[in-house]
Parts: sequence; C-alpha cells; structure tokens
Amino acid sequence: MSEIKNNSYDQHRSRRKFLKGMAAGIGLIALPGNEASASIWEEFFQKHFRELSKDELKGVITRLEKDYSKKYGKQVTVKTTPPIEGVRYGYALDISRCIGCRRCVYACVKENNQSRDPQIHWIRVLQLDKEKGVDLSHAEQYYNPEKVPEKGHFYMPVQCQQCEKPPCTKVCPVQATWKENDGIVVVDYNWCIGCRYCMAACPYGARHFNFGKPSIPASEVNPVTHYLGNRPRPKGVVEKCTFCVQRTREQPGRYPACEEICPVGARKFGNLLDPESEIRYLMEKKRVFILKEDLNTQPKFFYFYAT
Amino acid sequence: MKILRTACPTLVLLGIMSLLFLSAEPVFAAKVKEFDRSGQLTVTEKSAAELQPSYNIKNRPKEKTFEVPRPPFTEGIFPCTQCHSSMKPNPQRRTLTDFHTDIVLHHAEGERWCTDCHNLLDRDKLRLVSGELISFDESYRLCGQCHGDKFRDWKVGVHGKRTGNWNGDKQYLLCVHCHNPHDPKFKALKPLPPPVRPGALRH
Repeated sequence: MSEIKNNSYDQHRSRRKFLKGMAAGIGLIALPGNEASASIWEEFFQKHFRELSKDELKGVITRLEKDYSKKYGKQVTVKTTPPIEGVRYGYALDISRCIGCRRCVYACVKENNQSRDPQIHWIRVLQLDKEKGVDLSHAEQYYNPEKVPEKGHFYMPVQCQQCEKPPCTKVCPVQATWKENDGIVVVDYNWCIGCRYCMAACPYGARHFNFGKPSIPASEVNPVTHYLGNRPRPKGVVEKCTFCVQRTREQPGRYPACEEICPVGARKFGNLLDPESEIRYLMEKKRVFILKEDLNTQPKFFYFYAT
Repeated sequence: MKILRTACPTLVLLGIMSLLFLSAEPVFAAKVKEFDRSGQLTVTEKSAAELQPSYNIKNRPKEKTFEVPRPPFTEGIFPCTQCHSSMKPNPQRRTLTDFHTDIVLHHAEGERWCTDCHNLLDRDKLRLVSGELISFDESYRLCGQCHGDKFRDWKVGVHGKRTGNWNGDKQYLLCVHCHNPHDPKFKALKPLPPPVRPGALRH
C-alpha cells in the first residue's frame, strides 16, 4: 500500500517538476536575453512621441540609430528637429509646366527611404485630358509613353496636401498622426497601430500602408533621417509625404527632394508667412487653385498656372 | 413724379462720382518752405502742377545681378574670339555652310539673325537692343527683353528651376540651361516607370 502511495507521489512530483521546467524554459525564451530583444522590449513600452521627456527621447533616438545603423551597415542619424518659429510651409506646383516625367516620384522614394518592394510611392502623377480639365474621374496614373508630355494631356502630381484641417488626424484612434506647428502632418511610426482609418479619411490618397515588410537596398538608404519623417518604417504602419521634414526644418533648410529634381522647375516651396517668399508671390500674382476645395480641408499644397 | 424717378439714379451716380473724385487725395497749389545754404528761409508759391510728383526713370532701382553657373557652351566653342578675331565680320544674312551648321534657328527665325543677339565686332559679348554689351553670364537680360513676364517671374524664383535652401542661398539657372536659345521649346523626356498596379503587389 505504502509502496503504491510512494510511487504515485513520485509520479506526481516528476510531473510538477516537468511543468515547472517548461514554464521556466518558456519564460526564458520570452524574456529579453540578448541586446536585440532588449530593444524590442524598450520599443514595446515606448511612450507617444510627444509625451517623451528629453532623456527618454534621447534614449529612443540612440536605440533607433543603433538599430538602423546595424541593419543597413552605415551610420544612420535620426533627427528630432522641432518646427521653426514663424514658419508655415506651403508648396505650389505649376500645372502649365509639369510634363509628367515622374522624376519627382523616384527622387522622393530615394530621399525618404520608401519601400522598393512592395512598392510605395508618396507622389502619384496623374495624366489628365486638356479637354476635360481637372476632372479626376478621367485621371490616369499608369501612363507610359516613349516621351512626355503627350499631346492633349497635362499632368498633375498629387501628394500629401498638408491640410490645415486634416481629416486623417481626426480619425486616428490613438493619435499617432498630428499636425505640427509648421503645418506638416506627421506620423509616429512607433505609435501607429496600422488600422488605416486615416487612409480611408484622406481624400487625396496620400497615405500609404506598409502591407509587407519594407525593403530598401542598404546601399540606397538615405542615412540622414528624421524621427517623424524618412526613418525606415516597420511593417504595418502608415506613411506619407512630410515636405522632406529632415531637410526643410534646418536653418538654412534645403528644398524638398521633389522640388530639387524637377527638370522644368514646376515645383515651388517656401514659407507662407514670409511675404517675400516665392510662394507668396505666386499666390498673389498667379491663378491658383487647391484640390477638392469643397471638402474644406484647406490644403497648403497649391496648383497654379504661371502662364 | 415721373421726372423725379428718372432723375434720381443719375443724381445718385453723380453724387458717388463726385465723392470718389474728392476721396482721391487731390494736389493743391501751396506755399513751399525751403532753406538755402545760408539758412535763409524762402517761401515760394507753387502751382498744383509743379507739386504733382512725377516719375523719374533714374529712380528705378538698378538691375540686380544673379549668381549663375557657367552657361552650357558646346565644348571648346568659347571664347568665340579664338576663331572670330581672325575673321572679317560678315553681317550678311545667309545660310551657314562652313561652321555652326548644327545650329538650327527655330526661334522666330523669320525675324531673327545671329547678330541680333551676338555682338558683331566682339563675339565674346551679347548685345542688347539698347546697344549695351553684356557677357554670356548675364544672358537672362537679353532674353528678358522680349520675355519680360518670364524674366519677372524668374527673378523671384517662380519661373524656372531654383535649388539650394528655401530660407537661405539659392542657386539660379540661366534661361539657356533649360531652353536652347536657338530652339527654345523644352524637349520631351522619357518618363520614369509607372507605379506597379495594386494586383501585382501581392506576395
């Protein structure tokens, strides 16, 4: 009798031991052991960008820079430059000049570390009929003739319009996207949950989702990045044009990449609050319109006719 | 009654017009006080016409010069005087057969000839209508003689490409960097590839 009892006790104890061992083992796997998983741990508990204290932000940036530099094999810097006081960015595009060559699309991809495969383009160039005018129901974005411009057509590149009343930021359930004081609408990629409500809300199709793991050839990565701009994004977050925040927020600040590449000089960029800027000149002297004005999004991206 | 009804709008119109006339700051004859070198005060009566400010062309601000990159010369072609200094200038309008045969003038060719823009005697200079000789770095002034609206826009950076810093130094391009002066229409380009259609994005 006692023998049996003893036996079952032993059995019982060994099962308990086994389960304990299992739990400990699983725990060990899940717990951050090496450095890489430590950064995952930190990332998981990272606060919203605007709630980070100075020290916390420093820690986040160091972690990101280390991760990116390791991943792409070169020194990647992540800036957090705040908006410049007294600046509200505006962009204007000369419809009468644009020839639809798509140089801007690819300059943007390169500057802003957009995924090559699956492909993400922040700028979409629409080909429209001269006869129909700005009628988006007849827009064609897959045109590919031997030479542009084609007869009877004009071209209208569309990107984030940096609305003064952005519908996209309103719908974000976690406030991962917002409008900065210089008018740029930005996304905290670490806070975005990928619900894509903002994409549904945007009337310009200017937001893009990383459905797959973004891939950028290490040699083509732009190492000068901004936290809210062109730093490499993870899978499952939304991204958009930021008027090249990593360039334009500097003093002196370079023109955005799309402005710089345009072979016909159709793209104009400047400070809307500076009465001497080219953007103010053309707004006062040229025929200017905004896209989907009836929606009252109040874009700061203007289309104009210089001739 | 009938007369009043027709007279009324005319009267109102007249009233508005006279109001408008009066509100446009009029210039009246006045006494002008002036001090001469010795401090003597002289008061002179001046008529309204004399006091009316007139536009003086000399007060116009001087044309600003723009920092531009070197003009896009065909290699080895500049300075022009390396060949032209030993040649007798020939102002005769003709078809070029010996040299510059690659230049096809497609820029109001019916009205224009080389020496309208290129200076006949010193070939390293361009010539404005006023007779002023300018260097090739200032060719925007030559183009601006006819294309004044484009010149005005170019100066503020609205026509043409400008690079550099939006809040700092900017680099201009000359007109001729984008427009061949002999055939100025912007040439068509091959577009970069179109985006991938959404169906092809699935992996």
